[in-house]
Amino acid sequence: MSLLRNLGAWFNERLDWNSLMAPLRKKTVPRHRLSYWYFLGGITLFLFMIQVVTGILLLLYYRPGANEAFESVQYIMTQVQFGWLLRSIHSWSANLMIFTAMAHMFSVLLLKAYRKPRELTWISGVILLFLVLGFGFSGYLLPWNTLAYFATKVGTEITGQVPIIGKPLMVFLRGGEDVTGATLSRFFGFHVAVLPGLATVLVLVHLLLVQRFGISVPPKVEQEWIVNPNARREMKFFPNFALRELMAWYVALGVLGALAALFPWNLGVKADPFAPAPAGIKPEWYFLFMFQTLKLIPSKIGPIDGEVLGVLAFGLAGLIWLLLPLLESRQPSRPKQWISAFALVALVYMTGMSIYGHLAK
Amino acid sequence: MSMGSSTVIEPKPATTPVHRRKFIEILLGSGFLATGLAFLYPIVRYLVPPRTLDLGGDSVVAAKTGELKPNSGKIFKFGSRPGLLVRTAAGDYRAMSATCTHLSCTVQYRDDLREVWCACHNGKYNLDGRNISGPPPRPLEAFDVQVRGDEIFVRRRREA
Repeated sequence: MSLLRNLGAWFNERLDWNSLMAPLRKKTVPRHRLSYWYFLGGITLFLFMIQVVTGILLLLYYRPGANEAFESVQYIMTQVQFGWLLRSIHSWSANLMIFTAMAHMFSVLLLKAYRKPRELTWISGVILLFLVLGFGFSGYLLPWNTLAYFATKVGTEITGQVPIIGKPLMVFLRGGEDVTGATLSRFFGFHVAVLPGLATVLVLVHLLLVQRFGISVPPKVEQEWIVNPNARREMKFFPNFALRELMAWYVALGVLGALAALFPWNLGVKADPFAPAPAGIKPEWYFLFMFQTLKLIPSKIGPIDGEVLGVLAFGLAGLIWLLLPLLESRQPSRPKQWISAFALVALVYMTGMSIYGHLAK
Repeated sequence: MSMGSSTVIEPKPATTPVHRRKFIEILLGSGFLATGLAFLYPIVRYLVPPRTLDLGGDSVVAAKTGELKPNSGKIFKFGSRPGLLVRTAAGDYRAMSATCTHLSCTVQYRDDLREVWCACHNGKYNLDGRNISGPPPRPLEAFDVQVRGDEIFVRRRREA
């Protein structure tokens, strides 16, 4: 062990490691009955790291291209040892990550952690969520099966509905007028190069901002602490919180492993651009609420296509969502209840529409 | 007196260096901007995929005469896009684009409904391609059908 200690001393002499780590040692995490929500961001980060590792492993055998993609995934799942498991982990982890990211977001909203000075943390987080949805959408096409083909067709067509910029954007995404092998090449590039690069930078920014501002205490708890200062409690980030977080990661790993092994992800049927869309086709659960909404909108609302209106409404909602903390700080005197109400309505709407979409034929 | 005259002349040298700096700034700035644009333009053009010519023509053989039973449908290739050929229960042929006008899924013939149906968002069309229920905003483009020998030709309608 003296070798290790010597090596540590050698590095410390050069990098002054101890003073670099000092802020991390001083960092504390507030301790109260809602502390459990603090784990969600970390679990999302853990699942993201799993995505990076399994994604790189899948890259060793995956081949993009309309004539090869499906076959290469089939090869991974049937010929490569533990290939089925790695692909299953990648798919399950992606879904769990989207779920934990959303849960993290709603917890931040309802515990009011987005308020000044943490607006930028919120904005970087929402952009990260959009990137994660981009990962989901682009990755979904890569096995080149029928469901993926039509999901991509509909998804990119929705982009095309946006006035003025929609059509060029759709052609850019598809790599042409239609969904073809060119689309697959592009989505592959987005999925394994563009999005990982952007996401890595943004994750670092997000973590730096969290580090800079410290952990937010919900206003209700804060109030209680002001009334009764003896109730104020906190724990050291390192090692107390970090070890608890590690346990959370371990549980997440267990859940992920169990799901991936017991419910391996299907591959489906190879995409055929000249086959009708199969009955009962649906997008992944995280797009279901939008899918169901678009399904219910009538074809014409006044002179405008219902679709265009729906897409614009979702775009506007996304923008409001992104800038939510800025909208609040303009009226500091008003009680901040409308954002909580808005968050609850959004949560109920998304959950309700998703269940409806899941049950509807 | 000499002081007074010097104060009259003074403002000039005070302003000229600022002008020079501004000039350099504009020169450098526009230089960088031009360089940036010169890099950006080819990249933007590169991102726009080249147009592919649809060499499918205006007319294709969609099926052979014996192929379709009455009250059934078939997807055929019309250039690079799918088309739908339907044989009605009465035995005559109808053809239309198979790309749903809603969000461009591929439609199919439903023999139980005797309608054209899109599985993605439950859009329905009649056998003339007219949108009759669900979200589709426009009818499907209808094609002309011609039976010559044992081949069924489908032809794009010419706008008058």
